[in-house]
Amino acid sequence: MALFNLTINGEQHQVDVVPDTPMLWVLREHLNLVGVKYGCGIAQCGACTIHLDGVAVRACSLPVSSIGDRAITTIEGLSPDGSHPLQQAWLEHDVPQCGYCQTGQIMNAAALLAKNPSPSDEEIDRAMQGNICRCGTYLRIKAAIKTAAAG
Amino acid sequence: MASVKTTLNRRSFLKVSALAGGGLMLGFNWACKPAPAASALKAMPESWYGINAFLKIGENGLVTIMSPNPEIGQNVKTSMPMIVAEELDVDWRDVVVEQAGLDTQSFRRQLAGGSQSIRQGWKGLRMAGATARRMLLEAAAQRLNVPVDELTTDAGIITHAGTGQSLGYGDVASEAASVTVPEEVELKDPKDFKIIGTTRKNVDALKIVTGEPLFGLDFHRDGMLIAMIEHAPAFGMKLKSLDATAAKAMPGITDVITIDAAPEGFDEQWSDVNAFPEKVVVLGRSTWEVMKAKKALVIEWEADSKLESTADHTEGMAGLLQSGRAEVARRDGNPEAAFQNAAQVIERTYSAPFLAHNTLEPMNFFADVKEDSAELVGPIQTPEFLRKSVSSILGLPEDKISIMMTRMGGGFGRRLYGNFGVEAAAISQAAKAPVKLVYTREDDMTQGTYRPAYQVIYRAALNEQNELIGFHVRGVGIHGSPVFANRFPAGTVDNYLAENLELDSNVSTGAWRAPRSNFIAGAEQSFLDEVAEAAGKDPIDFRLELFDRAIANPVGERNDYDAERYAGVLRLVREKANWGADMPGVHRGVSAYYCHNSYVAQVVDLVIEDNQPRVQKVWCAVDCGIVVNPGAARNQVEGGIVDGIGHAMYSALSFQEGRPVQRNFDSYRLIRQAEAPREIETFFIDNGIDPTGLGEPSLPPVSAALANAFAKATGTRLYDQPFSSNMEAVELSEPTG
Repeated sequence: MALFNLTINGEQHQVDVVPDTPMLWVLREHLNLVGVKYGCGIAQCGACTIHLDGVAVRACSLPVSSIGDRAITTIEGLSPDGSHPLQQAWLEHDVPQCGYCQTGQIMNAAALLAKNPSPSDEEIDRAMQGNICRCGTYLRIKAAIKTAAAG
Repeated sequence: MASVKTTLNRRSFLKVSALAGGGLMLGFNWACKPAPAASALKAMPESWYGINAFLKIGENGLVTIMSPNPEIGQNVKTSMPMIVAEELDVDWRDVVVEQAGLDTQSFRRQLAGGSQSIRQGWKGLRMAGATARRMLLEAAAQRLNVPVDELTTDAGIITHAGTGQSLGYGDVASEAASVTVPEEVELKDPKDFKIIGTTRKNVDALKIVTGEPLFGLDFHRDGMLIAMIEHAPAFGMKLKSLDATAAKAMPGITDVITIDAAPEGFDEQWSDVNAFPEKVVVLGRSTWEVMKAKKALVIEWEADSKLESTADHTEGMAGLLQSGRAEVARRDGNPEAAFQNAAQVIERTYSAPFLAHNTLEPMNFFADVKEDSAELVGPIQTPEFLRKSVSSILGLPEDKISIMMTRMGGGFGRRLYGNFGVEAAAISQAAKAPVKLVYTREDDMTQGTYRPAYQVIYRAALNEQNELIGFHVRGVGIHGSPVFANRFPAGTVDNYLAENLELDSNVSTGAWRAPRSNFIAGAEQSFLDEVAEAAGKDPIDFRLELFDRAIANPVGERNDYDAERYAGVLRLVREKANWGADMPGVHRGVSAYYCHNSYVAQVVDLVIEDNQPRVQKVWCAVDCGIVVNPGAARNQVEGGIVDGIGHAMYSALSFQEGRPVQRNFDSYRLIRQAEAPREIETFFIDNGIDPTGLGEPSLPPVSAALANAFAKATGTRLYDQPFSSNMEAVELSEPTG
């Protein structure tokens, strides 16, 4: 066990965990931020996507000891109330079916739009290729990203 | 209005007067604090009045509607309360939806499966709303001292036109709660629907996109332990020895135990599919620590039956298809003579592999088992059956066991089989502690309950006039045959034979979204495309001719479809897609299928780009009767299409000496964003018929529409799934003309 100081959603947190604990479990079980989801544990499904200094990363494969003083953003910190343009676009297009992958999809899309505010269809395809939606809501995900980008 | 008898049972209308704070429904609520469904017009009330098990009304007119069925992403948590709200006649913005727990005295069929929630819930939900409305009207009539028949309702307001008086539902809710339950109620004429038939957004959407706890894995109870399992690595193996010394010594680990989730005398339900009831269980304080300890277990497994490989399955099924003694499921006319006399016989074989369900939320369940009671919380499509199994394994009566259904991160049939819930209960009982059982993705993908592997041979006989005079289907599966003997084209051809075969195996299988249909529709509709081609006919015209036959003069009396409705979706998709139009570079395939009481026809537009096939557009016509929530219905249809294309193209679960070869998403391929169709357009038949299934029917036919389009593009037919592994050999090039 070791103490780690983390900057998450603009706030300081201290956790006492095994150093190789992935951020996924630190966030879910030690900080009660459960918007980040467990899907595969090997960075293949994207359900655990968070931002590290604004870059989309897979929290399931990111040990807490590797974070240092870099800033973490989770879906809970993307906006205080669901008002981020992507969250609003997700509501407008009524994207979710089961909903389990959607926070990861939104976090990945938010990192994309931060880099590329008006991505083409092909750029969206490429950027979102790491996020599985088992229910198959891909068309609505793409439509929502385009709506958010246009807004 | 139609007058109908109220057939709900007594408890459903148990009246509770002046119940404060939620009364009857409290205790079912854990993470999901009630939140207004849409942009709420009203604040949370101070008192709730329970009118019946489905709904309670606040003094300010806010209405809580219980959603009885498990939510797996099929959107029943929005669509079922819409049906209650319609007959209650309230403003949807004044509705709050709560998930009900398992309560077999109040609700019927709290089950998510077979695309039946709306179809089988339809009348009961309407009655629940209509009955409550009637009770509110009677209370208002008393209060205003006017005849009840002179009162009308609109959006939660009761009006007496004669005197101009009006009351809100909240004003009379307290009195309505003690009105005698009417024996008959009037239901609305569907043409007067205001909520049904309009798009209402997912009531959980805001919680989903903000990451609030909704799913089973999100459930937390202070003091609970995390439990994870190891099961045998291969079908046909069992535990030989366990050395848990190292694992137990690891930080955060409280114990390592073994359980048997199907012991002697266990009263097995149909939902108890469990290839590995004997499990090693690691218990500890956090998931990561338990995951690490799992890897430190020293376990020896030994074979106790044959360790099968995919080659055994493939050859075994092929052998049965060639020479196995089949069960004759249906026989019309003289098929042997028809094939002997045919001018042309077409024969094709189709196959598909095992598939894992791969819900994105892996299996999990919370259980807190005490001496005389048990509480379970988690994602389950069949809570009623889970409770029976849990009752048997714990030795506790069912009424001492509560089950709360969480929102599910996908179902697809996997969560019909609640072995993980039974295991959680057994673990909690053994550990004498509340536990949350969590499967890793690898545990989830390797534990069985797969979509069966299938093979089928189709044969068609055509006469000199290119008419279909004989049809023969012979199917085999592990486990069960995929053939539906009484579905199309049965009934359209004089000489018909359907045969079933089954290959035994120790690999466990279960229902997977649109069971059997998910394979046989694609095979049948691909085959008919080739038969139409051999007959020199347009594939839609060819099918419509067969339906004409089934309408005018059907063969046999057990045909399980309505030929007019079937033909209706084909005609609609033909018109909408402008079938037959010249579209350079676009290759089109068609398919149609009937399952779960609904009819679907699809046209796939395929293009070749960078030597890769890409689905440009799917046109889809659906007849599922009344569409309760059109936007959500389209979402289901789109999801089924993407799911159907994805699994037909990319997915397979194979075996090497009993071991599942694919254990996670690095080797088990699922469809992703760049492979999804660019566009899907869905058209619903508007016929006013009571609603039928929609969670499954759009999936089965699409693999054939895709394969038929691919054949148009390349001249190559696809017979074996996953298609992508066969496409590699096909020369693909950009269209030249």
